[in-house]
Amino acid sequence: MTTKDKYKKVAYYPGCALEGTGHSYNRSTKAVGKKLGLDLVEVKNWNCCGAMEVKNIDPKIQTYLSSRVMSTAANEMDMDVVMAPCNGCYHNLKKAEYDLKNDEESAEVVDRLSKKAGHKTYEAGQVETIHALDWIKDSIGEEGLAARVKNSLSGIKVANYYGCMYTRPRHIFPEKDQGPGSESTSKPHFMDDLLAAAGAENVDFPLKTACCGGAHTLSDSDTSTKLVLNILKAAKLSGADVIATECPTCHSGLEMHQIRAEKTLGEKVDIKILYFTQLLGMALGLSPRKVGVHENINDSIAFLKEKGLG
Amino acid sequence: MPIHEKSLIRPENLQTHDELILDGVDVSGHWSTFIETRVVKDYNESLEEEIAALPGGEQIHRCWQCGSCTNSCTVNALNPDFNPRYWIYLIRMGMESELLRDKDIIWQCVSCNKCTYACPRDVFPEGVMKATSHWLELKGHTPKSPSMHFDEVFTEQIVKTGKIEESRTIRRFFARTGQGLMQPWMIEMVKRMLRGLPVGLLARMGLATFVAPKTNDWSKASAAIQEYIDEQHEKQAQALTLAELVETAKQDVAA
Repeated sequence: MTTKDKYKKVAYYPGCALEGTGHSYNRSTKAVGKKLGLDLVEVKNWNCCGAMEVKNIDPKIQTYLSSRVMSTAANEMDMDVVMAPCNGCYHNLKKAEYDLKNDEESAEVVDRLSKKAGHKTYEAGQVETIHALDWIKDSIGEEGLAARVKNSLSGIKVANYYGCMYTRPRHIFPEKDQGPGSESTSKPHFMDDLLAAAGAENVDFPLKTACCGGAHTLSDSDTSTKLVLNILKAAKLSGADVIATECPTCHSGLEMHQIRAEKTLGEKVDIKILYFTQLLGMALGLSPRKVGVHENINDSIAFLKEKGLG
Repeated sequence: MPIHEKSLIRPENLQTHDELILDGVDVSGHWSTFIETRVVKDYNESLEEEIAALPGGEQIHRCWQCGSCTNSCTVNALNPDFNPRYWIYLIRMGMESELLRDKDIIWQCVSCNKCTYACPRDVFPEGVMKATSHWLELKGHTPKSPSMHFDEVFTEQIVKTGKIEESRTIRRFFARTGQGLMQPWMIEMVKRMLRGLPVGLLARMGLATFVAPKTNDWSKASAAIQEYIDEQHEKQAQALTLAELVETAKQDVAA
């Protein structure tokens, strides 16, 4: 079976953020999947992966939480691919996979906790965890996407922002940096590739993998505001109209601190922030409402109308 | 990229005099910069072991002091005093009092993992930063950082229900750290959020603040996780207290 077929039906792990602040990412991911004929089967009775917080209390608890999600997909749903659109979830599942494969102690703790919790222990290798970017890139590809575009994104200048958790640390992503066709951890390009196929003009954006301070967005807001301001300004200076995002923490961090910078530092950077799935969905002919543009905090409706997408 | 050098000379120990004559020799001008002598006597020989006993600090002994961590650090770019390479050096040397001079900023690591990406020795500096800020709190050198409060509120909710409901977590965090929720930028954000939201979603979000989302049949997992966390905390406390005991014993022997 080729990669393309394998990703046509995947276990879908939305995670907590996509049921809250990242609701429009959830909506647009599902809408794009439907439009492209890709089947998403939500992981049954899933739990939080531990986000960026639980590891600071105990890293092995985070490994257990992530392993339970993969165990459900593999052992109760008989799925072999888990797709997570959230960078945090994606990162944690990948990290758990790495630790369970390489660290005996992690495997022992997970086995002990799984038995006590009353479910099958996840064994490394039972599922493959992918990001929403891998999912569309490998099942449909740029050519397939270009052929399905109804409203080209031409005339929209996009800065693609990937954040931290999608590429770092590199050892938990063994499939990346494997030459042509694979994703790069230093200069990721999957989102650029997909949006270019949909007609967008990608700008040369130096802060693709800069940090938005998401882990401390509330506990050290001043730092986060400075970091977000760097990203917004760099995107604006690169000539972008829109920052495309692929992580709910980054996305809401950018939106929140765009406002906070305006209110506390008097620095207003006028740039739109949209999930890449929202841009792709509109290119495939879905209305802004169908991909949840109205649920974003930053208002891009007038801009999208002007560009012929509204 | 430059290597971020860190001088061990404290600025307050630099003494200059506009006019100074020593033993009949005029040493005014730039010759009159002196460094006041300082002797470090309070080495904590078990500092490295203590940090290594906490999650994230395990690989600190591998450090070669190349400085890639500080070079790549997100927070260092905002504040040059945030210097992971220097802190790793101090910890390995046991220079506890030097480390304590920076105790109030170490928790500010944003976990972007640029250091871990850059480190050629797999020290996992990001983990070392977390272990160090944890150590500072466990030893009573600093109060719990806002970040640790957030991690605790967050983890408590997951242990209890299996899932996170964001507005609940935010409210509890603000309450625990004594901050008002009604900050101007927060109000502005909520205003802008409300602008485009459909009534159905608002109702659902409103409901979520009363009925938290949860994972079904979570009680056994919850109990197992809590048991493990307690067990680990016990072990860590032991590692730190034992080290203290050794110290006291050594001092007794010396005396």
